Amino acid sequence: MSLNRRYDPKTAKKLTRRGLILFGAQAGFVGLLGMRLRYLQVDQADQFRLLAEENRINIRLLAPMRGLITDRNGVDLAENIPNYRIIIVREQAGDAAEILARLATIIPLEQKDIDATLKLMKRRAAFVPVTVAERLSWPEMAAVAANAPALPGISAEVGSTRFYPRGKDFAHIVGYVGPVSEYDLSHTEDQDPLLQIPKFQIGKTGVEKKIDRRLRGFSGSKRIEVNAVGRVMRELDRNDSKTGAGLELTVDSHLQNYLQARLGDYSASAALIDVNTGEIMAIGSTPSFDPNKFVTGISSVDYKMLTSNKFRPLANKSVQGTYPPGSTFKMMVALAALEAGVIDLEETIYCPGYYDLGNQRFNDWKRSGHGNVNLRSSLRDSCDVFYYIVSQRVGIEKIAAMARRFGLGSRLDLPLNGIAAGLIPTKEWKRSNVGEPWRIGDTLNSAIGQGFVLTSPMQLATMAARLATGRAVVPKLIRSVDGVKTAFVQPLDLGLSDMALNAVRGGMFAVSNERGATAYSTRIAEKTMRMAGKTGTSQVWSISKKQRARGVARNADLPWERRDHALFVAFAPFDRPRFAMAVVVEHGGGGSRFAAPIARDVMLEALYGGQPPATAYPRSQRTRIKNERKLLDLRPEVNKGDQA
Amino acid sequence: MSYLVHNHKSVPTGTRKVLYLNWPLILLVTAVASIGFVMLYSVAGGSVDPWAASQAKKFAIGFVLMLIVAFIPIYFWRNVAGLAYTISLFLLIGVQFFGTVGMGAQRWIDFGFIRLQPSELMKIALVMALASYYDWLEPEKTSRPIWVLLPLILIGVPTFLVLKQPDLGTALLLSIGGTAVMFLAGVSWIYFAVATVSAGGMVAAVMFSRGTTWQILKNYQYRRIDVFLDPSSDPLGAGYHITQSKIALGSGGWAGRGFMQGTQSRLNFLPEKQTDFIFTSLAEQLGFIGGISLLVLYTLIIVFCVVSALNNKDRFGALLTLGIATTFFLFFAVNMSMVMGIAPVVGVPLPLVSYGGTAMLVLMIAFGLVQSAHIHRPSLGH
Repeated sequence: MSLNRRYDPKTAKKLTRRGLILFGAQAGFVGLLGMRLRYLQVDQADQFRLLAEENRINIRLLAPMRGLITDRNGVDLAENIPNYRIIIVREQAGDAAEILARLATIIPLEQKDIDATLKLMKRRAAFVPVTVAERLSWPEMAAVAANAPALPGISAEVGSTRFYPRGKDFAHIVGYVGPVSEYDLSHTEDQDPLLQIPKFQIGKTGVEKKIDRRLRGFSGSKRIEVNAVGRVMRELDRNDSKTGAGLELTVDSHLQNYLQARLGDYSASAALIDVNTGEIMAIGSTPSFDPNKFVTGISSVDYKMLTSNKFRPLANKSVQGTYPPGSTFKMMVALAALEAGVIDLEETIYCPGYYDLGNQRFNDWKRSGHGNVNLRSSLRDSCDVFYYIVSQRVGIEKIAAMARRFGLGSRLDLPLNGIAAGLIPTKEWKRSNVGEPWRIGDTLNSAIGQGFVLTSPMQLATMAARLATGRAVVPKLIRSVDGVKTAFVQPLDLGLSDMALNAVRGGMFAVSNERGATAYSTRIAEKTMRMAGKTGTSQVWSISKKQRARGVARNADLPWERRDHALFVAFAPFDRPRFAMAVVVEHGGGGSRFAAPIARDVMLEALYGGQPPATAYPRSQRTRIKNERKLLDLRPEVNKGDQA
Repeated sequence: MSYLVHNHKSVPTGTRKVLYLNWPLILLVTAVASIGFVMLYSVAGGSVDPWAASQAKKFAIGFVLMLIVAFIPIYFWRNVAGLAYTISLFLLIGVQFFGTVGMGAQRWIDFGFIRLQPSELMKIALVMALASYYDWLEPEKTSRPIWVLLPLILIGVPTFLVLKQPDLGTALLLSIGGTAVMFLAGVSWIYFAVATVSAGGMVAAVMFSRGTTWQILKNYQYRRIDVFLDPSSDPLGAGYHITQSKIALGSGGWAGRGFMQGTQSRLNFLPEKQTDFIFTSLAEQLGFIGGISLLVLYTLIIVFCVVSALNNKDRFGALLTLGIATTFFLFFAVNMSMVMGIAPVVGVPLPLVSYGGTAMLVLMIAFGLVQSAHIHRPSLGH
């Protein structure tokens, strides 16, 4: 039977044997699997558990709040304002295009923004939030919130961004922040992980840049559990960030506002410092710009307008601009001469209106000459010939040394960009930089602040402060950091004789207070506030004989770039100096006409801590001053109570 | 018929068959499948959707199918073995022309009401066909070259077709499973010695064909082999699966991280956590104890099959049972080797546990056949 054929004990035995062999092999392999499992799960458990933790835990940086910047009275100059953002999450939105179209009816949203958002969403995972709109106003946010049921997947977020409430008043001083760029990263040694955050705001110019590290604060972190595609599951713990240090500047925001307004439409700059402490009360440069535009990302049109403007709005001219100081340099020559003993207070020199050096004629600004001039009247009337002669007696080296003692020709240590050193020429300097030997004519030109001499308005203000006190006053801009007052060191005495200093101060007093002097019309009438000053008109371009023949006699007939710079340096009150200042109006014309009035007005504003009484001005000017003030583009006064 | 007449006393009929089922085996299968449901519930984040409920439904259908297959006399299955093989082979060829491409491979035929994976069917059909062949063949002819060639063709053709899909895992299962039946049937050792040597040659050929015009495997399969040999070479790319899988296993430790507490599976670091890599999820949550328990359950299933087969006088039944047991062994052995990083990732599911319809149904039918052989066996005692 079939079974007989199939069931053959011998064959069955073989099957049993083979079956057992095969089973044995399988059992052996199972044993192997068991051992492997033991190896992975018991022997190497610690290592793999660590790897699993690394997998699941991500560390996210928490950005700190940037420190606030205030003026000396606690008025905010740079603050952090909420940045309202609208974000969309694709997986919650359903038909994202439809939702965005609906959103566009509530808040202003351009089609190209919608398209860009949709494109970005496609590239990202469905759960990743994508920013639709930024910097929305509160009413817009409210409108979005009210329509929330019709806008699935849309939500509002609030971040923080920098805002400069004083706008263009402080654009050059406070500067602005902007998103960290590739360029920034490649030019810094800074290892701060915050810089790796996309669009993290760092200081780009001014104090924001120079004191960025303190303002920035320190990052915190949070550990979050993520899944394989990076979706955040939960937060495990956090280590809060540390807000950046608050910064108090020495500047008075009201005075700054007045200074900027008073400089107005000129391409001008000015600085006003406290002569005792060196604190910079105001430091202006016009025209200015709105730094907030840079925070949000300035449009290329706006940027081009700023860079192509011949008045250079982006430059902080008060420290970056260098100008021949003109007659304001004469105090240095006078002091050098007095200290060297080559002249005394009584000596008079006759000024015919010119000085002939060999066959080269050096003109005085006053063609008809000043007649007999002594030191005091040389300053009062700004006689050039007097200094042509005296400078030859002193020599350029002593003049340069004196100028350096007053802070000219060296870079000021201030937290501002591109601070210029200016230039105080010496024989050695000319030989190595121009490649020509020094000539007597160079000394004559230098003596009236022309030729190679270059100074910045901030340096001139420092010079005025040192003249007023006889001490090496150092300007400073930071009053306190994080509530800690910056150290004040009593400035060292310059070591000049009172005789020399008082003579020069007296000359400067005469400039502003003696009838017929160069700045008499811009005097301060109030007896206790009287100002000492010095005008300067520095030539940029000499009017040639040919031009004179053609009738170009007056500065105003020249193209703007070739007109003279108008300068004025001053300190006040004369009896007990409190403030020193310098004003430079680029290509403004005569110093007495264009720079001195500005200096007087700003000085009065500083002395009175606000609008000065009409009595501070000469009687004849009071009505005009009052009317002119109304035309100034001043920030509306805020009550002291409101600020607190 | 004569077979039944001769054995009528020992072969149960009608509802009495229920009593003669191999109940321990049924319990073991159900236990393993239940572990599967629990794991699918867990990897879905504590939800019966989308996998656990569906898998339970498939198991229920499979269970009924198993009983139906079990109650049909074994001689019927012997008689239809050739037919089953032929149909499976045609479906396998059909896949080449009408198959649906999924994950870079052609594996399914969509009939509208069911998506069939003929390669899965072939796993049983091949074992059936070989068992039936050796049942028919006179034992003394077993080792003659001509009679060895025939089963080789039976194995070779479907293996080649599956390899073309390409489905390396199934090809491995088919060829080794088929060869195992030949070994059980008593084919001479010499052939296996020769086969081992030529297999070595084949491997060499596969590796050397790389980059040539006659390249045997697809590029991604070569990459998987590369990565298998050195997973760290590509930890985020092709090596990602193996690396993450080992991390999951290893972090489980002795007792596991607790049910539903595995970070690797919960946070989706594991690839295909509901299918091929479900074992890693189990081992992460339940640890070495859980992993080894599953391994023991699997081994017990093999043991009960072997015991049943060795007590079966019917050569077809015994060969079929052992063949199916071997195929089942290959399933979990290859899968576990793969996830533990001792074999390349070839895409073999963990039997009865991984989510998947066809595999579940085919396995249940296979156990139905084992049961049928068990119920209808002429026992050795008579």
